[in-house]
Amino acid sequence: MALDHSDKPRTFKVVGTRPPRPDGIDKVTGRARFGADIVAPGMLTGRVLRSPHAHARIVKIDTSKARALPGVKAVVTRADFGAVPEDVADVIDNCMAGDKALYDGHAVAAVAASSAAVARKALRLIDVDYEVLPHVTDVDAAMKPDAPVLHAGRQEETVPEGYSQNVMSRVEFGHGDIDKGLAEADRVVERTYRTGATHQGYIEPHACLATMGPDGQADLWCCTQGHYMVRNTCAAILGMEQGQLRVTASEIGGGFGGKTVVFLEPVALMLSKLAGRPVKMVMSRSEVLRATGPTSSTSIDVKIGMTKDGRITAGFAQLRYQGGAYPGSPVDMGSMSAFAPYDLENVKTVGFDVVTNRPKAAAYRAPGAPMAAFAVESAIDELAKGFDLDPLEVRLKNAAREGTVASYGPTFPAIGLEATLEAAKAHPHWTAPLGENQGRGVACGFWFNFGGDTCVTLNVTPDGTVTVSEGNPDIGGSRASMTMMAAEELGIPYDRVRTIIADTGALGQNEVTDGSRVTFAVGLATIEAARNAKREMCKRAAMIWGIDEEAVEWVDGAARPAGPNAGKHDPMTLKEIAAIASNTGGPIAGHYEVNAEGAGVSFGTHMVDVEVDPDTGATKILRYTVFQDAGKAVHPAYVEGQFQGGAVQGIGWALNEEYIYGEDGILQNAGFLDYRIPVASDLPMIDTVILEIANPGHPYGVRGVGETPIVPPLAAIANAVSEAAGVRMTDLPMSPPRVLAAIQGQKGG
Amino acid sequence: MRYEAPQSVEAAVDLLAGAEGAFVLAGGTDLLVKLRSEMLEPDLVVDIKRIAGMKEITPEDGGWRIGAAVSGAEMGEHAGLVADWPGVVEAAGLIGSTQVQGRATLAGNLCNASPAADSVPAMVAANATVRIVGPQGTRDIAVIDVPESPGKTTLAPGEFIASVFLPAKPKQGGDAYLRFIPRTEMDIAVVGCGVSLVLDSAGKVTSARVSLGAVGPKVMLVEAAAEAILGRALDDSALEDLAAACSAAASPIEDKRGTVDFRRHVAGVLARRAAEIAATRAKGETA
Amino acid sequence: MSQIHVTTSINGDATEFLCEAEDTLLDVLRDRLGMTGSKEGCGTGDCGACSVTVDGRLVCSCLMLGAEAEGREVTTIEGMATGDRLHPLQEKFIEMAALQCGICTPGILVAAKSLLEKNPDPSEEEVRYWLAGNLCRCTGYDKIIRAVMDTAADLRRAS
Repeated sequence: MALDHSDKPRTFKVVGTRPPRPDGIDKVTGRARFGADIVAPGMLTGRVLRSPHAHARIVKIDTSKARALPGVKAVVTRADFGAVPEDVADVIDNCMAGDKALYDGHAVAAVAASSAAVARKALRLIDVDYEVLPHVTDVDAAMKPDAPVLHAGRQEETVPEGYSQNVMSRVEFGHGDIDKGLAEADRVVERTYRTGATHQGYIEPHACLATMGPDGQADLWCCTQGHYMVRNTCAAILGMEQGQLRVTASEIGGGFGGKTVVFLEPVALMLSKLAGRPVKMVMSRSEVLRATGPTSSTSIDVKIGMTKDGRITAGFAQLRYQGGAYPGSPVDMGSMSAFAPYDLENVKTVGFDVVTNRPKAAAYRAPGAPMAAFAVESAIDELAKGFDLDPLEVRLKNAAREGTVASYGPTFPAIGLEATLEAAKAHPHWTAPLGENQGRGVACGFWFNFGGDTCVTLNVTPDGTVTVSEGNPDIGGSRASMTMMAAEELGIPYDRVRTIIADTGALGQNEVTDGSRVTFAVGLATIEAARNAKREMCKRAAMIWGIDEEAVEWVDGAARPAGPNAGKHDPMTLKEIAAIASNTGGPIAGHYEVNAEGAGVSFGTHMVDVEVDPDTGATKILRYTVFQDAGKAVHPAYVEGQFQGGAVQGIGWALNEEYIYGEDGILQNAGFLDYRIPVASDLPMIDTVILEIANPGHPYGVRGVGETPIVPPLAAIANAVSEAAGVRMTDLPMSPPRVLAAIQGQKGG
Repeated sequence: MRYEAPQSVEAAVDLLAGAEGAFVLAGGTDLLVKLRSEMLEPDLVVDIKRIAGMKEITPEDGGWRIGAAVSGAEMGEHAGLVADWPGVVEAAGLIGSTQVQGRATLAGNLCNASPAADSVPAMVAANATVRIVGPQGTRDIAVIDVPESPGKTTLAPGEFIASVFLPAKPKQGGDAYLRFIPRTEMDIAVVGCGVSLVLDSAGKVTSARVSLGAVGPKVMLVEAAAEAILGRALDDSALEDLAAACSAAASPIEDKRGTVDFRRHVAGVLARRAAEIAATRAKGETA
Repeated sequence: MSQIHVTTSINGDATEFLCEAEDTLLDVLRDRLGMTGSKEGCGTGDCGACSVTVDGRLVCSCLMLGAEAEGREVTTIEGMATGDRLHPLQEKFIEMAALQCGICTPGILVAAKSLLEKNPDPSEEEVRYWLAGNLCRCTGYDKIIRAVMDTAADLRRAS
C-alpha cells in the first residue's frame, strides 16, 4: 500500500474545521462525570487532617480517640505506608507528612468514616503533638546561610558554598562570553524582578474514589492529567504491582499542570485497604489552595546589553525559584527558556532551586517560563524604549529563526517567532491610538513542547464505524482533535469516529497530559494507528481482488487499485471491508505505540493595551491580541481557546493573583474570595491570530499550543502598565496598592 | 444542629431566646460560609423568611421599610427605592455575585458586622435605622449603632433585626456609594465610602453625611468630612478638603487586601468621586 | 439527629427528600438525589459552579440549606434541555466551543439562561457582570460571552 509521506502541503478535509466536540452534550447537560461525581456501594467518606503550622516536628500522633468514634472505619498516618522506594519518597511525604510538617496545610493524618459529619468529628479527635520550628517562605530569605532549614543534607554538589541547605541545586545554560558582550553594548539594563506564587486555579477540586480488596487488586477513579502516572506512583508507594491497580480517569475540571501529581490517591487507597470498603475523598477549595501545587514565587536578576540600533550583545539572568517544601521547582525550565526567543552570541542563565515552607510547587502551564520571560522581556522593553526603538522591531532584529543555536543548546528547525512578530506589526491593534493614562505592551514567549510515551488503539467495528482509544485525559477538547485526525486519515466523516479515554488496563504506558503534548503526540499516534488500519484494509481488499497488497492504495475512505496495472476493481469502502472482515481474517484494528519525538517548539507574541487609574493604581485591560504559531490548527476554535485561556491566566498572574503568607507562615487567602482569579467583568474579548508554520516532526505539522500562551502576558502587561503609569514595574502582581505606591514614589522622587 | 422556619416574629424570638448558639438565617450568604468552614457550629438556625413582611418593601412616612429578608436583587427591582436611594441600592447590589444578590440582605450584611460590609456605609450615610425585635419587645436604633466590633453587634441575645428603614429622601438630596476592589466584582471592599447630601438651589451643600468602610474596626460616620463641604459648592477645593478629611479620619490596618497608605489615600479618592455622583443626583440628573 | 422531611419541586417534578439540618441544597442535589450536574468548586459562593434557580431567582445552591427548599421550585442544569432537545444556549455553547474542561459549564448555562429570561437583549458588559460570579479558568470567558450574546440574538430573531 502506498502511503502519503510527502512534504508537500496537503489539503485537509476535516482538520482545520470546527465540528462539535464528542463530549459536548454530556458537558452542557450536567451528565459528564467528574472526579467527585462517582459513587460506589458501601462507600465511605475520607478526610484529611492538615498541619496548622508552617514548620513543625511531629512528635507524636494519637489517633486512638478517633478510632474509637462510632462510624470511623480507618485512620491513616505516614507510618502506615512504611518505607517506600526513593523516587516516590518525597511524593508520599507530601501526601502524608513524615517526621515534619513542612507547610500550613500539609496532611498529617486521614480518616475514612460512614459520613462526612463523622469524618469531620474524627479529625478533631486526633491529637498531634507538634514541636513548632522556625519557618521561611520567601525565596531570597530561604537562601541565606542562617535560614531555617527544611531538609538537612540533601543539597546537591552543584551548589557553591555560602548558601543555605535550602538551596537544593544549581543549573547553568548558555554560550559565548557575557563580559565581552556587555562591553560591546551602548547601554546595559540591570534589574531585579520578583513574581508572586500563583495557583493553577482549576475550578474542580481534587477528588478520587478508591477501592481495594484483600486480594490486593484495586480500582481507582480520579480526576487527573495522567492516570498512568497515578497508577505507577500509587503502585510504587503501596508496594503493588502496576497491573493490579486499574485507574480510570474521570472527566477533568481543569488541571493546567496541577493535576500531574498525586495528593489524595495513595491515601484513599490505603484507607480503602484498611477499611475494606470503597473510600471517596474530595478536597475543599481551601485544601486545594493550601496543599496542592501552586507555582514558584521567584526572584530574578537580569543584565542585558544592547547597541543603540537594537542588537542585543549579551543576556544574563540569575533565577531563584522557590518550589515549596520539596526540591523540584521549575527553575531549570525557566533558565532554559528565558532567552530562547533570541539569537544571541553571548547568553548565560544560572538557576537555583530553593525549598521553603510552602506547598510543593506543581507544574503550572509552561512551568518556570512565564516568570523568566517577564524578567527578560521587561528588560528588553526598557532598553528598546530607552533608545526610542520600536519594541517589535528590536525583537525582530534579535529573533531566533531556523538555524539559530538556542540559548539552551539545540539548533532550531523551522520556527514561527518571526511570523508572529510580523503579524503583530501588521495588525491594526499595533497602530490604534491610545488615550490618557493608557499604555501598550508587547512581549514574546517560548515553550519547548513535549512528546513522550503514547499508545493509541483504533478499532474498526463490523458496521464500519471507528473507535479510537487513547490514554490521555481530555482537558480541553482533545477527543475532538483525535477524532478529526482519525477521520482525516481514514477519509471518513467525523461523526463516524468516536474517541474514548481508556483506563490503565486497556493500553500501555501513556505520559501525563502535559507539555502541550497531546494533540501532537497522541495525534501522531492516532494518525499512525489509522495508517496501520488502512494498511490492513488494503491488504484485505488485495486478498479479495487477488492482487498484490502493494497494488492497492487508500483514497477518500476506500481501497482502490493503484494504477492501471492493478486491474479493474470497484473501490471497497471502509464500511464494505469492515462488513466482511470476519471472512477475510477477522476484526480490523490499527494501533501505534511510540516515545514521540519532534514535538516542535512554539512561539507567541502578545500585545495588550491597559489603562491605569493614577488615583488608585487600578489597571484595566482594554484590548488584548495573541499571535501564536500552532504548526497546524486541528480544531481552530480550541486553539483559540488555548490562546485566550492562557492569556487570561497570565492577566491574573500579572495583576492580582498571589499567595499571601502572614508572618506566622500561614496562608492568608486560601479561597476564591481573596485568591483573585480574573472574572468575566475584568476582561475584554481576547483576539487571536493563529500562524501555521508546519512542525516537521508531525505528519500534519501540528505543534502543541497549550502552554506558550501563558508565557508572554506577564511581561506584555508589565510593559503596558509601566508605560501607562510612567514608572517601571518590576514586581508581580501589579496590584493596585503596589502600582499606586510606584506612581507616588515616582512623583515624590 | 436544628433548623426551624417559624411563621411569626414571636415564634422566632421564642426560638432565638430559648437556645444558646442560635443564629438567624435570612439570605444565609455569610452564615452558610461560616458553617461550611466550621467557624460556627450552631445548635439552632432560625429561618425568618417565612415570617410575614420579611420579604416586603413598604412605603412609610415618605421613606421605605425594607423587610429583613429582602434580597439585594429585589431591592434593585424596586423602582421607588431605586429612585429615592440609589446609593443604598447600588451598595447592596455590590455584595457578591448575581447569585449572592438573589439571597443577600441589608440586615444580614449589617449583622455580619464586617467593617468592610458594602451596604453599611451607604445606610449610615442615608441615616437609616433598623427595627429590632426581641424578648423585651421592639426598638428602633440607628444603623451606625448596630456594629460593635468586627464580627460583633450590639444586639442582645434573642434579638434580631426585623426591618431596615430608609427615611424620606430629602428634597434636592442625593446619595452614592463607591468602593474600591482589585477586580471589578466578587471582592470585599478595600475601602468603601457612602455620601448623602442635600444641595440648595445655588448648588451649595446644606447637609451632608459621609461614611467610610474598611478603614477602621467598624463603619464610621466622618463628621469632619461633612463639615468640610457644608455651605460650599462642590468645587475642586471643597472636594479636596472632603478627601483630606476622609483620609485623615481613616485608621486602617494593613492586610491581604490593602496597605495602610493605600487605604488612607483611596478613602479620599472615593469620597471625592462619591460626592460628585451624589451631587449630580441631588440636582435631579442621572449618575 | 432527626432528619428533616422536605417536599419541593425540582425541574418541575414533585420531589421529597430527607436531609440533615446542615445539608446545603447542593449536598442534597448531589449526594441525596444523584443530581451531580451542579458542581462544588468552592462551597463559599465564590465560583458559581453550583448555580440553580429557586422560585425563578438565580442562587448558589451551596449557600442555601436543603431544608429551605420546602415548597419552593428549584431548577437545575438537569432540567435545562427539554427531552432530547437542547436549550439554545446549550447548543450554542457546543457550536461555539464555549467550554473547555466543562466543570463551570452547568453553572454558567443556568446563570446565562436566567439572564436571558430577565434581559433578552443584554450588552456585552451586562453579560460580563451578570456572569462575574461564575468562574471559568479555561476559556478566558471570550467564547462564553460570545455564545450568550449570539444565543440572545437568535432568540430575539425567533420571537
